[in-house]
Amino acid sequence: MSKFNFWLQRAAQVIIVLLIVTFGASLLLRLIPVDLATILIPNGSESEREILRNEIGLNKGPIGYYLQWLGDFVQGDLGKIYFSGGTETVSDHLAKAMPRSLLLMAYTQVFALSVAIPLGVISAYRAGRRTDRIISNILFVMASIPGFAIALILIIVVGVKLAWLPTLGYATYSEGIWEHFKHMLMPVLSLSFGLIATYTRLLRADMIASLREDYVTMAMSKGLSDRRILWKHVFRPSSITLFTSAALSMGGLIGGAIVIESIFATYGVGFEIFAAIAGRQYISLQSCVAVISLFYVFFNLVVDIGSGFVDPRTRDRRANV
Amino acid sequence: MSSLMSIKNMSVNFDTPGGSLEAVRGVDIEIPAGMSVGVVGESGSGKTVMCRAAMGLLQGSTVNRTGTVIFDGHELTAMSKEQVRELFGSGMAMIFQDPLTALNPVRRIGAQLSEGLRIRLGMSKSDAMARSKELLELVRIPNAAAVLKSFPYQLSGGMRQRVMIAIAIACNPKLLFADEPTTALDVTVQAQILQLLRELREDLNMSMVLVTHDLGVVAGNTDYVAVMYAGEVVEYAPTKKLFADMRMPYTEALLDSIPRVDHKSGTRLSVIAGRLPDPTHRPAGCGFAPRCKYAQDKCTTDHPELKTDPDGHVYRCWFPIGEAL
Ligand code: SF4
Repeated sequence: MSKFNFWLQRAAQVIIVLLIVTFGASLLLRLIPVDLATILIPNGSESEREILRNEIGLNKGPIGYYLQWLGDFVQGDLGKIYFSGGTETVSDHLAKAMPRSLLLMAYTQVFALSVAIPLGVISAYRAGRRTDRIISNILFVMASIPGFAIALILIIVVGVKLAWLPTLGYATYSEGIWEHFKHMLMPVLSLSFGLIATYTRLLRADMIASLREDYVTMAMSKGLSDRRILWKHVFRPSSITLFTSAALSMGGLIGGAIVIESIFATYGVGFEIFAAIAGRQYISLQSCVAVISLFYVFFNLVVDIGSGFVDPRTRDRRANV
Repeated sequence: MSSLMSIKNMSVNFDTPGGSLEAVRGVDIEIPAGMSVGVVGESGSGKTVMCRAAMGLLQGSTVNRTGTVIFDGHELTAMSKEQVRELFGSGMAMIFQDPLTALNPVRRIGAQLSEGLRIRLGMSKSDAMARSKELLELVRIPNAAAVLKSFPYQLSGGMRQRVMIAIAIACNPKLLFADEPTTALDVTVQAQILQLLRELREDLNMSMVLVTHDLGVVAGNTDYVAVMYAGEVVEYAPTKKLFADMRMPYTEALLDSIPRVDHKSGTRLSVIAGRLPDPTHRPAGCGFAPRCKYAQDKCTTDHPELKTDPDGHVYRCWFPIGEAL
């Protein structure tokens, strides 16, 4: 199979996955056993509801409704959010929320990886010894505290008692880089703890397996320093699981930081979902789910492409299958 | 004749959950300068561990090595890991059984080959690359420039083994440990690799320890042979002498297990019936007793001492071949 065919097939897979996910979300919406138009505009008159039903296809069957939603979605119309006073578009909301969530995700990943990678390498190198045991105990604690608990502790200690950092809200770059990071620090920390524990353990396990390989003994017999062997010879072949896991958790960080985004009121995508559920804005919910699944699929592709760079064998295996 | 490496009373134990595992015990081996010494035994006899321990490549908190190893005037067993490392590459080097696992799967051949040159010999990147290409040509790899840019999995088994040899000889070592260098290869390629090793040894004036389970390989490629069984050296003699006047029943059994030429290729190696003793619970007597056709009562109760014939032929047996009972 040629490379072109591989990517063609991969693209087909992606599209099928996206269709299934979005159709599922759409179907769920239709399974709610009450009239959606009534939920979306509870204070509207029957004629207003009828207009709404026609507008978004609620009067069609589930498939007809889905196709209409899909047609709008690919044209950039993600539906509306209905207030008592009027409507706003979901795309406007996401345009504001998405950059915040993306930044939060990026900072969290960079921070978690830059802590987890050295920790994983050290604990694999010192496996079974004191350093390793200490690190693994700390990680155990870190993994056991849920993110919202960390968030609350941080808010009470760092935000309220010490008053070092703002406890709420978001600041854009234009409001000052420093201000921006001050608002991001606590959410990032709250989201990172669990990830650091997961990443470190993944990397440690794979590094320990790699350290038993002959090529490590070979590298030793060349007279290389342990540091060089660890970073140049062992880290890369051991990092595939780590990077796969990191890439896959990005989708989750974008839409799944619902609790943390709500606690710190950063108004990202997670918060948008929370608001959609709380305000019963199911069209918005459906479109948010679709956008997030787009990201999941995108980062899956990143894993596919990236693993070829990390391990050249995958690249050729692909071309030869 | 001066000795390049001398291993004295070396033992290696591994701490395992099931107790201490004695992989090597009380080994004495001399490696004369410029010579090739074969180390022969079944898999599990401790030959690989012996070599790695002698060179100082076994690390970890579960490894206990005792005894003395002297290499080229340095007492390795009294030196720190960092000091021993200085001798790797230009002093001692090793090639491994399976080049697919011994070469780093994600790094290009050029990077793996030039690395030693840059770190051990302090060459610049471009010098090291140029030298790497020469080294690949030295081990008769056609199209060396392309191979430098390849990954190990893109090469054939024979080519990979040549690459590994090139890496090992890159810094002109005085002593090369070759651990089953041909076992993973086809018969024809085996012969080529052994031939290459012979020539390189001569050209570079390099001593070699050739580890193998195959006495046939030892015959044409070594000056001395040490036969190992259950972690011990059970026979040591000049190769010619060993084949002419075998004393050790185990060595004889090994020789009988060499597959004959008339065997169809692909048939399993005939092996000596029975198994090696459990390395966590060594028997009191001779470890070979349950499998030995010469065994007597004494063999199961008393551990045989090393005996040395007047001509220097060493063996560990109560009832050696060629001795009247
Ligand atoms: S000591 Fe006895 S059992 Fe052991 S090899 Fe010699 S004859 Fe055989």
